[in-house]
Amino acid sequence: MSDIQPVIAAHNLSVDYRLNKVWLNAVRDITLHINPLQIHGLVGESGSGKSTLALALMNYLAANGRISSGEVLLEGDDLTQKSVNEMRQIWGSKISLVPQDALSSLNPSYTIGNQIAEVFQHHAKTRINTRQLVIDMLRRVGIADPEVVAQRYPHQLSGGMQQRVTIAMALITQPRLLVLDEPTTALDVTTQAVILDLFRDLIRDHNAAGLYVSHDLGVVAQLCDDVTVMYAGEIMESASVETLFKRPTHPYTAGLLASLPKPTQDTETRLPTMPGVQPSLADRPAGCVFAPRCPIALQLCADQKPALEIMRDGHTIRCHRWREIDAGEISPLHDIDEKITSERPPDIDYIMTAEGMHKYFDENTLWDRITRRKDRYVHAVDDADLRIRARSTLGLVGESGSGKTTLARIIVGLETADSGKMHLLEKSLANHLSARSRDLLRELQMVFQNPNDTLNPYHTVGQALARTIRRLSDKPISKQQVQERVIDLLKSVRLSADYADRYPEELSGGEKQRVAIARAFAANPALVVADEPTSALDVSVQAVILNLLKDLRAQEGASYLLISHDLAAVAYLADWIAVMYLGQIVEVGDTEDVYDAPSHPYTEALVSAIPEPDPTLKRKQIRLDGDIPSARNIPPGCRFHTRCPRYLGDICKTKAPPWRDAGDGHLIRCHIEIDELIRLQSAEEAGTV
Amino acid sequence: MARFILRRLLLLLVTLFVTSMIVFALTQLLPGDVARLILGREAGEQALINLRAELGLNDPIPVQYIKWLSGFIVGDWGVAFGPGRPEILPLVAERLGNSLRLAFFALALSIPLGILLGLAAGLKPGGIIDGIVSIFSLSVVGLPEFVTGLVLINIFAIQLDILPASASTTEANLIEWIRRLLLPAITATLVLLGYIARMTRAGVIDEMRKPYVRMATLKGLPRRTIIFKHVLRNALLPTITIIAISFGWLIGGIVIIESVFSYNGIGRLIIDAVGRKDIPLLQAVVMVVVVFYALASLVADLLYAALNPRIRLE
Amino acid sequence: MTPLSFFNRLARLTITSGKQFAHDPLTLVGTLIVALFIFLAIFGPAIAPYDFAERAGPPRQAPTWAYPFGTDNLGRDVFSRVIWGTREIMGLSGLGTGISVAIGLCVGLVIGYFGGLLDEIISRAFDSLLGIPALVLALVLLGTLGPSNFSIIAVIVIIYVPIITRVIRSATLNVRDSGYIEAAKLRGESILYILFREILPSVLPALAVEAALRFSYAIFLTASLGFLGLGVQPPSPDWGRMIGESRNFMRLLPWMMAFPAAAIALLVIGINLFADGLRKILRYEGQDV
Repeated sequence: MSDIQPVIAAHNLSVDYRLNKVWLNAVRDITLHINPLQIHGLVGESGSGKSTLALALMNYLAANGRISSGEVLLEGDDLTQKSVNEMRQIWGSKISLVPQDALSSLNPSYTIGNQIAEVFQHHAKTRINTRQLVIDMLRRVGIADPEVVAQRYPHQLSGGMQQRVTIAMALITQPRLLVLDEPTTALDVTTQAVILDLFRDLIRDHNAAGLYVSHDLGVVAQLCDDVTVMYAGEIMESASVETLFKRPTHPYTAGLLASLPKPTQDTETRLPTMPGVQPSLADRPAGCVFAPRCPIALQLCADQKPALEIMRDGHTIRCHRWREIDAGEISPLHDIDEKITSERPPDIDYIMTAEGMHKYFDENTLWDRITRRKDRYVHAVDDADLRIRARSTLGLVGESGSGKTTLARIIVGLETADSGKMHLLEKSLANHLSARSRDLLRELQMVFQNPNDTLNPYHTVGQALARTIRRLSDKPISKQQVQERVIDLLKSVRLSADYADRYPEELSGGEKQRVAIARAFAANPALVVADEPTSALDVSVQAVILNLLKDLRAQEGASYLLISHDLAAVAYLADWIAVMYLGQIVEVGDTEDVYDAPSHPYTEALVSAIPEPDPTLKRKQIRLDGDIPSARNIPPGCRFHTRCPRYLGDICKTKAPPWRDAGDGHLIRCHIEIDELIRLQSAEEAGTV
Repeated sequence: MARFILRRLLLLLVTLFVTSMIVFALTQLLPGDVARLILGREAGEQALINLRAELGLNDPIPVQYIKWLSGFIVGDWGVAFGPGRPEILPLVAERLGNSLRLAFFALALSIPLGILLGLAAGLKPGGIIDGIVSIFSLSVVGLPEFVTGLVLINIFAIQLDILPASASTTEANLIEWIRRLLLPAITATLVLLGYIARMTRAGVIDEMRKPYVRMATLKGLPRRTIIFKHVLRNALLPTITIIAISFGWLIGGIVIIESVFSYNGIGRLIIDAVGRKDIPLLQAVVMVVVVFYALASLVADLLYAALNPRIRLE
Repeated sequence: MTPLSFFNRLARLTITSGKQFAHDPLTLVGTLIVALFIFLAIFGPAIAPYDFAERAGPPRQAPTWAYPFGTDNLGRDVFSRVIWGTREIMGLSGLGTGISVAIGLCVGLVIGYFGGLLDEIISRAFDSLLGIPALVLALVLLGTLGPSNFSIIAVIVIIYVPIITRVIRSATLNVRDSGYIEAAKLRGESILYILFREILPSVLPALAVEAALRFSYAIFLTASLGFLGLGVQPPSPDWGRMIGESRNFMRLLPWMMAFPAAAIALLVIGINLFADGLRKILRYEGQDV
C-alpha cells in the first residue's frame, strides 16, 4: 500500500438498524479508503446499503441506527468516537454532503445566498459579509449570473441550477471530503453531463476527495477513479474503474455489467439476467449474501460467509471462488438464453400514424380570462407527426419537457389532442377516448411508468387481469376461459399461477411491472405504448423487463411505442427512434442511423451525454448550455437555436427548419444540409476520439 | 405580491357576496309574518299593510335582497324588533366590541402558549411534554365549552369565590375588567390551546422529517439554529392557517361561552335574535360575524404568503 | 370481478385491523366505549329503571344504590335520563353524520374526478357556506326551521356535507391520475365503475376517519344546541339540555350536571380514540379541515 494518508478510511465498519424492536444488520464489515484527489464510486441497487454506508462514513445515522463495530478515520481521526456536538465542527467544514434531491434539501424559505453563507459563517466563526465569497463560489459552479441567483429562492431555480447550488454550498468551506449521494439521478442526461464535468474539476481544484454514491454504472465509469460494488449491505468487489469494468470478477459485478443494455446489441439478443431479488434487511442469507442468485454458488457459499480478500493491489473481493474465476476456469455469468426468433419479423407497413398533432394546456386562470390576459398556454405537443411500423418498436426520446409523454398519452387517448389526425390499422382513431370503439380500445394498450400506482391496491392480480380480459374480449367468454387466460398471461410474463391471488402490496416493483405488461397484452393489442416502463426499476430488474418486452413482441406480433429518457434502453429495444424537442419531432430514423452521423445537433448532444459503462470509451464531448426553454414560451425559428452547438446564424432564429432526407426514412429537421452535417460530425469524431 | 393581494381581495368579495345570499335566503325562510311580529297580535289590518310597505316586504325577493345588501354596505342597518326598537348598527357595534375583547384576550393567551407547547412536544415525540399535550388535548376534545365553563364557575366562583361568575361589564377599571373576563377567556383558551398545540406539533414533526433539516445538520449548524431558524419558520405556516380557522371556531364557541357567563357579546345577540325571530338584526349580526371571519382568513393568507416565498413570488 | 372479492378484501382488512385494535390499548378502550354507547342506544330503554319523564322518587336525592346518578329537582332519575338520552343523541348525530357522509362521498368523488367548472362552482359555494361559523349557521337554521329532530339532522347535514365533500375530493384527487385509473379508462370502463370500484376503496380510509370525527363533533353540536335550549325539545332527555337545566342547581345538586357531562366526555373521547386508532390502522394521514 502507498504511504499517502487516505482522506477517509473505514475498517470493518458495521451499521445496525432497530426495526420492530430488533437490531438488524444494515451494513456489514466495510473496509475502504479514499486518497486525496480521488473520486471513489459506491455502486449498488436499491437496498444495498450504499446510502447508509455513505452517511455512516460521515458518522451520521438515522435515529434508529448505530455503528455496531469498526472505525471511520478522517485523516487519522476516528469519527465513531465523537459526539454529535463534536461532529458539528466537522460536518460542513471537513466533510460536506451533496444530497440527492436538491430542492427538498434546501430550505424553501431562505434565499440561496443566505443558505450558502450560513455554512461559511458558522464554521469560520465570523459574521463578516460573505456576499462576495458566495457570488464567487456560485460563479465557480457555473452559474452565469450569480448576483441574481444569490437573491433567489430554491423553487425559482431549475433542477440543474439547484444541484449546482448544493455543490457551491458543499464546497464553500473547502472540505476534505465530498459525499455525493446520487446527485444527478433526478436530472436529464444533458444536464447530468454538465454537472459531472463540474464535479471532476471542482474536486481536483479544491484538493479534496469524493465519495460518489450511485446506482448508475455508466456515471461511475465516466467519473470515478475507484469503485466499490455493494450488495445486501456488504462489499462484493472493489477495484479501480479500469479493472472493474474491464475484468469484473465477482459474479454479481459481472452479472450487473452484463445486464446493461448496449445500443450495439441487435434486436434478437436477450440480455443476461440474474434470477431473484436482493434480500431485504430481515432475511439476508447466513452465508454469502449473493449465493441464492449466484450461477456458480456451491454448498460452501450457502454455509459460510466469504471474507473480503485482496486479489492484488487495490482489488478486493468477497467470493469463495474468485481464484477459479480469475484463472478463467469458470464463468461468473449465467448462460445466456438462445436468441429471440420472431415468427413474424417487422413489417414496413404502418399500423399507426399520427399527423399534425397539437396539444395546448390552458393554464389561464379565471382571473386571466377576466383580465383578458389569455397568454398562458403550454404548447406541450406542437405539430408532431409519428408513424409506427407493424411489429416494430419506435423509441421516442427527449429531455423532460419535450412533450414525449404527452404525445404518447394523446395516442392512447388519455389526453385529447386539440387537432391532428390519427389512424390505427387503417381505421380513423378518434382523438376523444370516449369516441373510440371497443375494437380500437382492444388494439391500443399502455404500460405506465410508476409500478406503484399501476395496479389498484384493492384488487388482486387475478381480478385486475380478469376484468381486462372480459372487458376487451371480442366475444362472450366463460369464467373458465377467463381463468385460463389469466394463468396464460401470468406465465407469459414468467409469473406462477399463484400470483393471481396476490395483492399488489405483496409484489416487488419488477413483478408489478410484469403484471402491468400482462394486463396490456390481455387482448392481443396491435400497439402497446410503454411510458418509461423501467425507469423506476433497478438495473438487474430492468434487464428482465426489457427481455420480456422483446419476447412478447416476438410471440404476439405487437408493436411498441417506447418512451424513455434512457437512450441505451431505447436503442436496445427499438428498431426506429424519434427524437422530440419542445413539442416537435426533430429527427426520425432507424436506430443505428440516429445514433451515427449525420444526426440532428440535438440528437448528437443527447447521444454524447450518455455516460457509457466503459471508462476507456471517451465520446466526443458536446454539452448543451442551459435548460430546455419553457413550453409556454417557445423560441421562434428553429426551437433548438437557443442551445444549439451548431448554430448557423439568423436563419435559425427566424425560419423554421426544413425536413432533410438522409435516406432510408431517416429524416432530420435542420437548416444544415445533410452533407454538411456528415462533414461536421465525422470530422469532430475523428479529431477527438 | 401586489397581484396576489388583489386577487385574494377579489376572491374575498366574491365569497362574501355568495355568503350574503346564503344568509339572506336562510333568514327569508323564517316563518311568520314580519309585520305582525313587530306590531303584535292586536294590530289593525291597515297598520300591517302600511308597515309591510314601509319595510318593502311587498317587493320581489331579489329587490329586497339588493335593498338589504346595499343598505348593509352603506351602514343603513335599520332597527331591531326588540324592546324599544333600537338602532341595529350601534347595538351590534357595542356587542361586537365586547366579543372582540374577549376573543383577543383568549387568543393572546392561547397562541404563544400553544405554539410553545406544540414545539416542545413536536421536537420530542413520545417525551414527557408530548404526553402532557396529548392527554390535555384529548380531555379538552371531550369536554364541550359549556361544561368547562360551568366547571370553572363551580370551582372559582362558587366554591372558592375568588372570581365573578358573570362576566357582564358595565363600568370597570382594568383590573376588574380582567377579573371578569378571566374565566370566559380561560374557557376559550383551554380549547384553543389544545388545538393550536396539536397542529404546531404536527407541523414540527412534519418539517423535522424533511431532507433540508438533515442537510442543515450535515452543514454542521447547531441544533438551536436548525430549530429556530430553519424548522420553526416552516412549521408555523400551517399553524397560521389553523389560527385563522380557530378564529371561526372562537366566534361559534363564544356564543356558548357568552351564554354560560351571561356576557353581552355578539353571541348572545344572535341567540336573542333567533329567539325573537328578529330578521333584520339576525341578518346584520350574522353578516358581521361572516365579514370578521373572512377578514381573519384574509389576514392569515397574507401572512402565510408573506412568510412563504413559494407563494409570495409566484 | 365479483362483488364478493371486494368484501373478501374488506373482511381480511377487518380481521387484521381487529388484531391491531386489540394490540393498541388506547384504541381498544375507545372501541369498547363506543360499543358500550351503541349498546345503550339500542337496548337502553330496556335497561333504564325508570322512564325519562317519570317522577321516580324524592327530588334532589344524592346518588345512592337506588338512584346511582341521583335524582333531579323534579325527582326524575338522572341515571335513566342519561341512558334514554344516549339513544336521542346517538340517533340524531349518527343519522345526520350518515346522511352527510353519503352525500359528501358522492359529491366529492364526482367533483374530484371530473374537476373543471362544476368543481369550481361547487367548491366555491361550499367554501362560502363554510365561511359562516358552524354554530352560527346552526342557530340561523334552527331559527328558520324551528326546533325539531328533523331540524337538528338538517343542520348537521348542511354543515357537514361541505366538509366531507372537501375531504373526499382531495382523496380522489390523490388517486385520480394513477396508472390503474388510466388503465381502466383504456379498457373503456364506465364512469360509475371507475368511481365506485376503482376510486372508492382508496378513499374509504379517509372517509372512515372523517366520519368518526364528524360523528363526535355532531354529538358536540347537538349537545350545545340542547344546552342553549334550541335542540331536542322537552321532555325528551337531552344531555346538553340536562346540563343547561342543572345550572341553577349547580351548588346543591352537582350530580345533575356531572353525569350527563361525563357521558358526553366519555363518548366523545371514546370516538376520538377510535378514530385515532382507525387512522393508524388505515395508515391515513389526514389533514384537518
